[in-house]
Amino acid sequence: MPSVLSSLNSALHRAFAADERVLLLGEDVLDPYGGAFKVTNGLSAAFPGRVLTTPISEAGIVGVAVGMALRGLRPVVEIMFGDFVTLIADQLVNHASKFHWMYSGGKSASEEIHVPLIIRAPMGGRRGYGPTHSQTLEKLFLGVPGLRVLAPANLGDPGGLLYRAILETEAPVLFMENKLLYLLPVMDEAALADFSLTPCGEDVFHLALRDAPPSILTIAAYGYMADLARQAMLKLAYEHEIFTELIVPTQLSPFNLTLVTDSLQRTGRLLTIEEGTYTLGWGAEVVARAAETLGYRLKAARRLAARDLPIPASGPLETAVLPGVDEIVQTAKTMV
Amino acid sequence: MTDPSHLYRLLYLLRRFDETVLDNFPRGVFFGTTHTYLGQEANAVGVLSGIQPGDVVFSNHRCHGHFLTYADALGHNDAPHALFAELMGRATGVCGGRGGSQHLQWRNFYSNGVQGGIVPIATGMALAEKRKNSGAVAIVFLGDGTLGEGVIYEAFNLASLWGAPVLYVLENNRIAQTTPIELAVAGSIAGRFEAFGIPVDELDSSDALEIMRIASKAVDDVRSRQTPRALILHTCRFGPHSKGDDTRPPQAVMHLREVRDPLGIHAPRLAPEKRAAIELEVNRLIGAAFERALADPFPSLNQ
Ligand SMILES: Cc1ncc(C[n+]2csc(CCOP(=O)(O)OP(=O)(O)O)c2C)c(N)n1
Ligand SMILES: [Mg+2]
Repeated sequence: MPSVLSSLNSALHRAFAADERVLLLGEDVLDPYGGAFKVTNGLSAAFPGRVLTTPISEAGIVGVAVGMALRGLRPVVEIMFGDFVTLIADQLVNHASKFHWMYSGGKSASEEIHVPLIIRAPMGGRRGYGPTHSQTLEKLFLGVPGLRVLAPANLGDPGGLLYRAILETEAPVLFMENKLLYLLPVMDEAALADFSLTPCGEDVFHLALRDAPPSILTIAAYGYMADLARQAMLKLAYEHEIFTELIVPTQLSPFNLTLVTDSLQRTGRLLTIEEGTYTLGWGAEVVARAAETLGYRLKAARRLAARDLPIPASGPLETAVLPGVDEIVQTAKTMV
Repeated sequence: MTDPSHLYRLLYLLRRFDETVLDNFPRGVFFGTTHTYLGQEANAVGVLSGIQPGDVVFSNHRCHGHFLTYADALGHNDAPHALFAELMGRATGVCGGRGGSQHLQWRNFYSNGVQGGIVPIATGMALAEKRKNSGAVAIVFLGDGTLGEGVIYEAFNLASLWGAPVLYVLENNRIAQTTPIELAVAGSIAGRFEAFGIPVDELDSSDALEIMRIASKAVDDVRSRQTPRALILHTCRFGPHSKGDDTRPPQAVMHLREVRDPLGIHAPRLAPEKRAAIELEVNRLIGAAFERALADPFPSLNQ
């Protein structure tokens, strides 16, 4: 099984081969270094002139990429650490994501303005990098009209998600890669052994234990947290006889609740899990929508997330701030 | 302050501290990553060893040397231990283990790991000191790669408009992570400051004494005129950017070590026995600080 890293890397190679309009901008992305996390490894050697190593100018290079996208190219920008997406917020929020809607009023389809731009960034902690290199900041960009936020998991085809985003998108996309996912193998049906995996549409997964009694709790988690949630499901089942199902979206914004509500029709209980901070996070939106949709049939809801603190460098502190498998198990137990 | 023995001791302390960090990273005793100051020690020693207690220093990701020199100048009696402990995530660390290698704060010393943002902040600190009539100046360190960040130019403009007593120290090691300066910096570095009416001094040297002479004049000038200045120090990075990520040819780095070693340049100013005694003392101190930090407790969130 390939790792998530190699799946993403080969997707970049395939996208470059498929469409000459694709190019990549980022810091330290040239070979032999191939990017801080090696996602662009081999790309500059294979496609000379189409991988642009840049100065340390996150706002500038995203702005330049927006311009390239407006004029017919399909740029991919790598932000070295996801923490630095704060530096590109103006380009994304006040420029790129507005252009399609704002400029397309009163136009025919052929005259509409499009911004096919992908911003990739590694997010997440558990590596001791400390407060400015460990955050999970996608929540800052959820709900921005015109901006899609994607987050691959180690399920299905994470590279395929990236490939389609690069070649098919007409709107700006933030593609958030959790660092700990990189080295995990992409789990297929065989590797998942105890679980049945149902891809629902292209970008949402449903996981449940095979041959288990009916589930009584729906867990919704994305990115690396989905893998921790899967581990917690096993513990809940084998150690506590609590049976759950897991919904793993790869598109966080705009968010499609259908699969979560389908599952909630069966379980009535919702636990959301994310690595970003607790307050006003992704889970808050999912729970609010589930409550709006299900009304009194939603019997219980909880959100598990990072504590509302910066991410400390010290390992034991970092572990205490970020949600882990044991906390998922403990929280689930309080809900049934 | 310009006592050659003292300078040698500081240079050697900075060197041995970061060598110890690199040597011990594979043991798994440190969290995260680190950026060592190997080769650039004369800059910190030259700029900061004459600092006054009220002065403010803002450093970047490559901050160990700046911190240790600042701490020495202000009489911290246990800085190497506190910095080892911070890198090891211990409760006794500079920030109790919360910050790690690139996020330090002690007295008027600060560092942060995001490129660029510290430059306007240091400018604001300088303006605050000016409003308080404290007579203090701010000194902020930035690398050549950080010239890519637009916010620094907003800071230069503000500093010049409002007369901020700040010294911008640009450590030009001609590389940013793996990117050589030729691929990242167009035009003139000095011209970037001059365009805002900020006077520039420039020096291509790894001699701590030479750097000290030019830096202390610059600091005096910032203090007396209450206006910004820039100091461009051309320098050499001997180690990897962080741990094992040096893409330069080893011979090129070897050559830099031969011709631009701040220790080698300063060493002849001391008698060999004196040097040996200093090295022995510092090695003991570093070894003991490391072991003590390793035995320190981890923090908890409630502390
Ligand atoms: C905003 C931002 N972008 C990228 C990085 C990652 N990064 C850390 S240090 C560095 C290179 C800095 O080069 P330079 O300013 O020349 O300082 P040097 O490392 O040479 O001391 C990069 C790209 C960062 N910390 N912050
Ligand atoms: Mg540099």
